[in-house]
Amino acid sequence: MDILLSGLAIIARWDVIAALLIGSIGGVMVGAMPGVGAAVAIAIMLPATFSLEPIVGLTALLGIYGSSMFGGAIPAILINTPGTPVNALTTYDGYPMTRRGEGRRALSLAYSASFFGGVFSILCLILLAPVLARIAPMFGAREVFLAALLGIVLVVLTHRGQILAAGMLVCYGIFLKTVGLEGAGYTQRYTFGQTWLASGVDLIVVVLGLFALSQAFILLSGKDQTYELPPIAKTGFFSSMAEILRFKRVAAVASSFGVICGMIPGVGEFMSQFMSYSYAQKTSKTPDLFGKGNPEGIVASEAANNSVPAAAMIPLLALGIPGEELTAMMLSVFYVHNVIPGPQLFQNQMDFVVALYMALLILNVLVVLFLLVSTDTLMKVMLIPNRFLGMMILTFSLIGVYSLRNSLKDCAIAAAFGVFGFILKRLDWPTSPIILGMVLGGLMEARLRTAMARVETPWDFIDRPIAFVLFSMIVIAIALHVVSVVRERRKVTGNV
Amino acid sequence: MEHDNATPHVFPEARKPGELFYSLIFLATAVALLSMIFWQTSVLPGKGFSAQPRTWPFISLTGMTLFALANLVVTSRSARTPGRWREVGIWVRSLEYVGWYLLYVAAIPVIGYLTATLAFCLFMTWRSGYRSGAAFAAAAGFGLFVVLLFKSLFNVKIPGGAVYEFLPETLRYIMIRYF
Repeated sequence: MDILLSGLAIIARWDVIAALLIGSIGGVMVGAMPGVGAAVAIAIMLPATFSLEPIVGLTALLGIYGSSMFGGAIPAILINTPGTPVNALTTYDGYPMTRRGEGRRALSLAYSASFFGGVFSILCLILLAPVLARIAPMFGAREVFLAALLGIVLVVLTHRGQILAAGMLVCYGIFLKTVGLEGAGYTQRYTFGQTWLASGVDLIVVVLGLFALSQAFILLSGKDQTYELPPIAKTGFFSSMAEILRFKRVAAVASSFGVICGMIPGVGEFMSQFMSYSYAQKTSKTPDLFGKGNPEGIVASEAANNSVPAAAMIPLLALGIPGEELTAMMLSVFYVHNVIPGPQLFQNQMDFVVALYMALLILNVLVVLFLLVSTDTLMKVMLIPNRFLGMMILTFSLIGVYSLRNSLKDCAIAAAFGVFGFILKRLDWPTSPIILGMVLGGLMEARLRTAMARVETPWDFIDRPIAFVLFSMIVIAIALHVVSVVRERRKVTGNV
Repeated sequence: MEHDNATPHVFPEARKPGELFYSLIFLATAVALLSMIFWQTSVLPGKGFSAQPRTWPFISLTGMTLFALANLVVTSRSARTPGRWREVGIWVRSLEYVGWYLLYVAAIPVIGYLTATLAFCLFMTWRSGYRSGAAFAAAAGFGLFVVLLFKSLFNVKIPGGAVYEFLPETLRYIMIRYF
């Protein structure tokens, strides 16, 4: 109870509430703009939050992270274009419902399922917090190394159809982190005698280039999309939202998948919603209607993806390990303020952790209230032409890169990564493995160095329970993947 | 879940235009970087493998090279989609936006953030093909909003323009501080 009150005291400040409002409303708007997404918005906002207190900056970023998927459901349902990539499955059933005149019902279900998922995951994590506070200190250097390695392995394996590309890009990210003056012997690595490379490649510059600038180039070099907004009923939001109670089993299972997938580094929203959608379809009385406007499909997809953000904060806060690119960006806010996430944070600053979860809880309420009164206005946001959006992103991006050090070189590096990200996106290669490689690679190098000082034989590395479990998970994940590849290969060969 | 099952794990059936070309560039870059490891990294005497400065560049570049090689082999065996050089042309054309962006950055210390932002927004709107008065008004309004929000309100660290030096004392202070 004391911790809850301390957490409440941390967020009961005008600047935290303002950050929460700006983040949540901004996140919904960004989510509703197809082609922008939370990653772009967080990348742009990130440097601006460095001058704020950690709780204020993180609340603003969490606001964007947690609310963008709410907004992303609007274009997914109304114009068959997901606002954020993780709303893709919502189009399967949302758009067919809109076409048969049930747009309002589909939107209400998406909002209520997202709200259910968000609140469910936060409650789970508040209940789990004492357990995590006990487990977190059991993570020494070798456990953190193995957890980061598990994250790297899962990031690669979960990129279905792009595993080799994800593998080389995650290695590229690890390599980027090694550039510059290293901390152990103070020697230069891959600086080519250039003094400006001695401080390394800045994560923020890479993030802004890969996510914001590349997206601006994509939008500017493409053609404007013309959307026709369908007419939707002006009333009936509340009664349609209550319909979620008819699908509470699907919502609860989908949210559970979201919590589990969010907690495992490298897995995240995509896996959770595919699993939830599969489950909902298999257990439905009307499985044939999936993909043709089945409300259960919307509930499964939206509850699953919106339960991930809170859960994704677990490995970040408890171990300092980000599970995907958005939490990787948030990690830099901690480091800038010299707040090091990890077991110590869970042990000594539990009120800070609780404050973050309470902020997420309030955020979900704020977003639903905002959506209830502003959906009609948000529909107009979708009509901003793509190339105009590209110009807007480019203008915003400058603030992020230039305000770091007022350096033209930083802007040039960000622009180079922008072109690199542009090519990757054109080829459908993933960009997030680079960021995770950079963050987890640096962590792995430092932790391995510390761990090896106490290790004499390879067995010593995994002779502790958590280390052994993590190692087993890595082996099992790789083995399962190899089995599925062999099966797929046999199927392909058999079909020829 | 047809979509998910139809997505192959490792062996895509077709490649995108330019994918093979870029896979080759990526592999060449990885090999080139790996070949430089002896003169771009050092080995410290008396330290173990995990504490050597060369270890992680070696691990990452070896991984990059192996994955890039495997990717190149798999990509070369998948069905080709025509349009490689057209795609490369699109990549090259994106450099135009890099140019305008860097020009915008370079102009800020000279003509000031407000003027540079307004000019950039209006020019990019024109360059994107919009010609209506409403589009230009929206671009100018957006530019002004960005400057007011970040420079005037949040006081983000962006230097004043050199041209501000020619302004009268009071106006010069306001322009440097807020615009």
